[in-house]
Amino acid sequence: MPLLPPRWRLLLLVLLGLSIPIIAGFIWLLLTGWFDRVHGLIPAGGFAPENWRFLWETVGGRPPVFVALRNSLIFAVVVATAEVLIASMAAYAISRLSFPGRSLYLGLVLVLHAFPAVSLLIAIFYILRLLGLFDTLIGVILVKASLELPLGIWLMKGFFDSLSWEMEMAALVDGMSRWTLFWKIAMPMVRPGLLALATFALLSAWGEFIIPFTFIVSSRSQLMSSYLQSFLTEAFSDFGMFAAVGLFYAIPVIALFLLGQRYLLNIYSGGVKG
Amino acid sequence: MALKGIRVRVEGLTKHFGKVVALSALDLDVKSGELVAFLGPSGCGKTTTLLMIAGIYQPTSGSILFGDRRVDHLHPRDRDVGMVFQSYALYPHLTLFDNIAFPLRLKKTPSADVRQKVQQTADLLGIAHVLERRPAQVSGGQQQRAALSRALVKEPQVLLLDEPLSNLDAQIRLQARGEIRRLQQELGVTSILVTHDQAEALAMADRVAVFSTGELQQFAPPEELYDRPANTFVAGFVGHPPMNLLQGTFADGQFTVGNVHVPVSVTGPAGPGYLGIRPEDANLRGTVPAKVVLVESLGREQLVTLDLGGPSVKVLVEGGTKPSAGAQVGFGYTPPSLHRFDSAGTRIGS
Ligand SMILES: Nc1ncnc2c1ncn2[C@@H]1O[C@H](COP(=O)(O)OP(=O)(O)OP(=O)(O)O)[C@@H](O)[C@H]1O
Ligand SMILES: [Mg+2]
Repeated sequence: MPLLPPRWRLLLLVLLGLSIPIIAGFIWLLLTGWFDRVHGLIPAGGFAPENWRFLWETVGGRPPVFVALRNSLIFAVVVATAEVLIASMAAYAISRLSFPGRSLYLGLVLVLHAFPAVSLLIAIFYILRLLGLFDTLIGVILVKASLELPLGIWLMKGFFDSLSWEMEMAALVDGMSRWTLFWKIAMPMVRPGLLALATFALLSAWGEFIIPFTFIVSSRSQLMSSYLQSFLTEAFSDFGMFAAVGLFYAIPVIALFLLGQRYLLNIYSGGVKG
Repeated sequence: MALKGIRVRVEGLTKHFGKVVALSALDLDVKSGELVAFLGPSGCGKTTTLLMIAGIYQPTSGSILFGDRRVDHLHPRDRDVGMVFQSYALYPHLTLFDNIAFPLRLKKTPSADVRQKVQQTADLLGIAHVLERRPAQVSGGQQQRAALSRALVKEPQVLLLDEPLSNLDAQIRLQARGEIRRLQQELGVTSILVTHDQAEALAMADRVAVFSTGELQQFAPPEELYDRPANTFVAGFVGHPPMNLLQGTFADGQFTVGNVHVPVSVTGPAGPGYLGIRPEDANLRGTVPAKVVLVESLGREQLVTLDLGGPSVKVLVEGGTKPSAGAQVGFGYTPPSLHRFDSAGTRIGS
């Protein structure tokens, strides 16, 4: 590697300095998860695998962690799938078809996107109760997916807008209907967008806290985020186990990145000429 | 591969986009197996017309007939047309083979037939060796042939070409021009070619339809466009360098513009109008006094701009007698080659 010019070295140092708090946070998490006590960032006391005993026994009346893990996986995957499907169909319609109320709809989507979701919590609570979906996984899935849709629609609209009209005309002349054209031509061509949206949706749903925390009370429907949070509410908080659960919660995300990395890079660099 | 060309008729075809009139009341009759070129400046409605024939756009009014069948309310897939777009519009995520096979697969053609037809078409166009590549991995010329193959593979009744050559560089363009024409004649497919390159239109087409701002100006074989332009638009648009058009008055065997008098032999009523003389029909051996303003070399010939004392004209002069700027000469023309138009711009006489 060529030596960086001095000015760049300085910049690098500044960036490093700014990152120290975050890095320190990660180091704390790692150490606290595996040791008895941690003073500053120095482990004190012995190696403490019992921090991880939530894996094989239920802790303090909580559900087994694997129930929460399963719920979180279902939640994230279903939310992301629904979001990608619905957002791309809506975005294609907005981008390509002319229908009455199109610009009104477009404006509405924008407003919804700008609206802070937290202010809707109580209203959503009433609606979920009315529909009998309060305290159910499907209920929180619907809430999360709908709140995220506006962003997805805008993102995908941008991708569909950049598709060539002639390509669609060619597909029509070749004998496609608009519907098959959408699936066989338009969707494959916005694959980078679909992938980006799916990744964001998956991560956002995986880390979602406030919605499941508010709308799920029974332990069998709990998600990982509220499971983790429950370790902070006791009079005596077990930092060690909290950190261990936190690490456990992060494993699927890290695994996703390790598995998907090469695929992601491939897709984003696969440009198309002419 | 032999295609069944079909007669294409367009009657009163009109298209509005909101307030914009893209095409108004077009009548056109294209014979079976003929190649017709749509020629005109940018924005005159050529592509719009083509897309209506293909079924992408719905006409505002008017009808389109293939043979005796009205097709203007049919979905594009039921019209049996093949189309090549200016950008080629190949599917970037598919190989050339899959691109060409695409229309066949949509028609649920058995895969052995697909393979055979794609291979045959690709052979015909000389791209058989790059069929496994994607569009981005082949040259512009090969992309163009792939687009043409995709249009031809389903053996359409009508072939529509929207500026198929404009993205090629000059050398390949000349070659592709000849190839498309040869192929079209061999296959006998009725074809419409959109272009704003007059050389392309004149060289390739059996007949040329000249458009201007949504209206058909003239529909005739290339020679006739050149010899008998129907109006001043066609006169000025077809031919290179363009025809000299002088606006003035015809009376007593001469044409007067300002205090310039040009002797005129063509018959016709006296009155205001336009006199048209092609630069290649004009010469410096005439009687109208003129001053040389500019001499541009075109290689074999010189293009000389003359000032007639008011109006200016261009004259094409063979090499050898090279006039110099500032010289006094006499402007004239070879007699039968003069064009006369009335004050509305319509041709008078034959
Ligand atoms: N989809 C559309 N919506 C609105 N106006 C359109 C549309 N398509 C074409 N037009 C208008 O109709 C007129 C004719 O356009 P058209 O594309 O047919 O021109 P063209 O002769 O093909 O020009 P070019 O040589 O530049 O391709 C233009 O004024 C254009 O702006
Ligand atoms: Mg066009």
